[in-house]
Amino acid sequence: MRTIALRQALREAMEEEMRIDSSVFLMGEEVAQYNGAYKVSQGMLTEFGPKRIVDTPISELGFAAIGVGAAMNNTKPIIEFMTWNFAELAIDQIVNHAAKIVSMSGGQFSCPIVFRGPNGSAGQLAAQHSQAFENWYANVPGLKVISTINPYDAKGLLKSAIRDADPVVFMESETAYGDLGEVPEETYLIPIGKASIKKEGTDVTIVSYNKMMKVAMDAATELAKENINAEVIDLRTIRPLDWQTIVESVKKTNRLVIVEEQWPFGSISSEITYRTQKEAFDFLDAPIRRICSADANMHYAHNLVAGYLPDVPKTVKLVKEVMYMKK
Amino acid sequence: MHSQFGKEIYLYWYETMLLLRKFEEKAGQLYGMQKIRGFCHLYIGQEAVAVGTISALRDDDNMITAYRDHALAIAKGIPAKECMAELYGKATGCTKGKGGSMHFFSKEKRFFGGHGIVGAQIGLGAGIAFAEQYQGTDRVTICYFGDGAARQGMLHEVMNMAVLWQLPVVFVCENNHYAMGTSVVRTSKVLDIYRLADAYDMPGDSVDGMSCEEVHKGVERAVRRAREGGGPTFLEIKTYRFRGHSMSDPAKYRTKEELEEYKEKDPINTTLSTIMANNWATQEEIEQINEKVRLEVEESVKFAEESPFPDDDELYKDIYMDANYPFITD
Ligand SMILES: Cc1ncc(C[n+]2csc(CCOP(=O)(O)OP(=O)(O)O)c2C)c(N)n1
Ligand SMILES: [Mg+2]
Repeated sequence: MRTIALRQALREAMEEEMRIDSSVFLMGEEVAQYNGAYKVSQGMLTEFGPKRIVDTPISELGFAAIGVGAAMNNTKPIIEFMTWNFAELAIDQIVNHAAKIVSMSGGQFSCPIVFRGPNGSAGQLAAQHSQAFENWYANVPGLKVISTINPYDAKGLLKSAIRDADPVVFMESETAYGDLGEVPEETYLIPIGKASIKKEGTDVTIVSYNKMMKVAMDAATELAKENINAEVIDLRTIRPLDWQTIVESVKKTNRLVIVEEQWPFGSISSEITYRTQKEAFDFLDAPIRRICSADANMHYAHNLVAGYLPDVPKTVKLVKEVMYMKK
Repeated sequence: MHSQFGKEIYLYWYETMLLLRKFEEKAGQLYGMQKIRGFCHLYIGQEAVAVGTISALRDDDNMITAYRDHALAIAKGIPAKECMAELYGKATGCTKGKGGSMHFFSKEKRFFGGHGIVGAQIGLGAGIAFAEQYQGTDRVTICYFGDGAARQGMLHEVMNMAVLWQLPVVFVCENNHYAMGTSVVRTSKVLDIYRLADAYDMPGDSVDGMSCEEVHKGVERAVRRAREGGGPTFLEIKTYRFRGHSMSDPAKYRTKEELEEYKEKDPINTTLSTIMANNWATQEEIEQINEKVRLEVEESVKFAEESPFPDDDELYKDIYMDANYPFITD
């Protein structure tokens, strides 16, 4: 199978959907002439023209609102945020508007829109450029939330997101746009709301998503060296959460560790932990544990960045703890 | 009294304004009786803005406004009984008892809501217009907001883009001189709100909102510009609400004299005077209109009273278009 970068997988998803559905357009800062701040939309202006690939001024609230209004009126906008940090300026439109149009109108109007862009840390970018917001949006009825960096999953899920009749928050990662993965030439869809078991195992379940999947997979490789066979689940979709896949896995492994880039308070791991203790209480042989980002702001210095983020050693150590192994 | 407008439009203005007025007076009473709950913002006094706009629009043009939406919704064509049922929270309401007073919607009548976040609908209105331009129609979108909303950042971001992209939208700032208890003079040094449009090279105009004629003329010019590809217009329509901001507001921040001054200009009275002065209707014909309106309001209350509340299982409906969404229920 051919191998392509995440940014190309995302671009192909948008291009394929735009070719078959003229109501789909892409709008955001630097998406057209500059070819995308991270080159996700490279070349799209040439194919689709300025009517469908729309550069905006730096007005996140305004262009998010224009997207929501357009989505209420028979079009399917893809709104790109340069990063999700900047979408904070537009959160009113996502939470108070996109998520509530169907309800407030008693089902008369819908809001088929995709808000997408990179989420989470990306090197030594300090406090304002490093945040992971999945749990903010996953808390909101009316939204669907996808967060993935696997090129195959990202392409299939973005296509589903564009076709979806409801508003979708789609989170990528700056540091993963160049990551390669196998993606078939043929077109395909991946359903929203289904997790993916990336490595089967028997001893412990590790759940993760977005770029912390790299930590989870690398930790599983390390653990294998010590004959610990971890099962690794990529959530891919955050809301709705495919907790059944997690619970089935825990019934097999009896142990659960969650690795995520969220801050700990009220995070995705909190929700998974609640659900798992409720649905699989009798199957658990150890407390559920998690590694989140530090309950602090991201600082600039490289050692403080390292201290802030989950990593392989921390994950390996935690897995050993839930397995009651020494050291 | 001479006028460029004829009998038909005056009678339309009179009857519609009377309906909006009587509907809301009734809603106010019913609120006092606790038949209607939640926030409830009356439009009484501002009716000329609603009907002067509608007479200058095509039926298939789009409209969006804030929470003070009853009158605009009825004027745009949502039946009064569906509006009253909505105020009662009944299943037969214009949003099935899901939106209430602040969130009237009708896809059929191209009424895009009823929105509760001050100023946010300015961007939605531009987006609705963007979609019309994108689809190559000649529909115009009319987007209302208050003098208070004009101080939101949204206005500036969106006016800029609307001009940049020449969107077919008319921004109407209904300047009723107060945002809750804060008078316009306490919110900015720029008191001619329409002049904000100058900064973005958008045509702007100040319009007398107590006059149906002036509203119609101002909106007609702006709509023609938008329909012919000339882009957006900013209209500041100066008006006045005779009641408080919402049902709980005794409006102590303004003087009786000020209120009386505007009541002198009550557009229902002035429109009726013009009709009578021109002999466009007999006293008897006016009585017939009054009676028709009285009956329509009465029937709307009867309809609302007799309608059922939504089924309990509506709780999880209309959250997503996706009928199989797996909600977390425990
Ligand atoms: C973003 C936001 N801030 C505050 C409020 C509370 N609020 C509701 S109406 C209102 C006054 C708005 O006044 P104006 O825009 O002049 O409209 P009017 O009520 O006069 O029609 C305020 C402050 C709100 N709903 N939304
Ligand atoms: Mg006001």
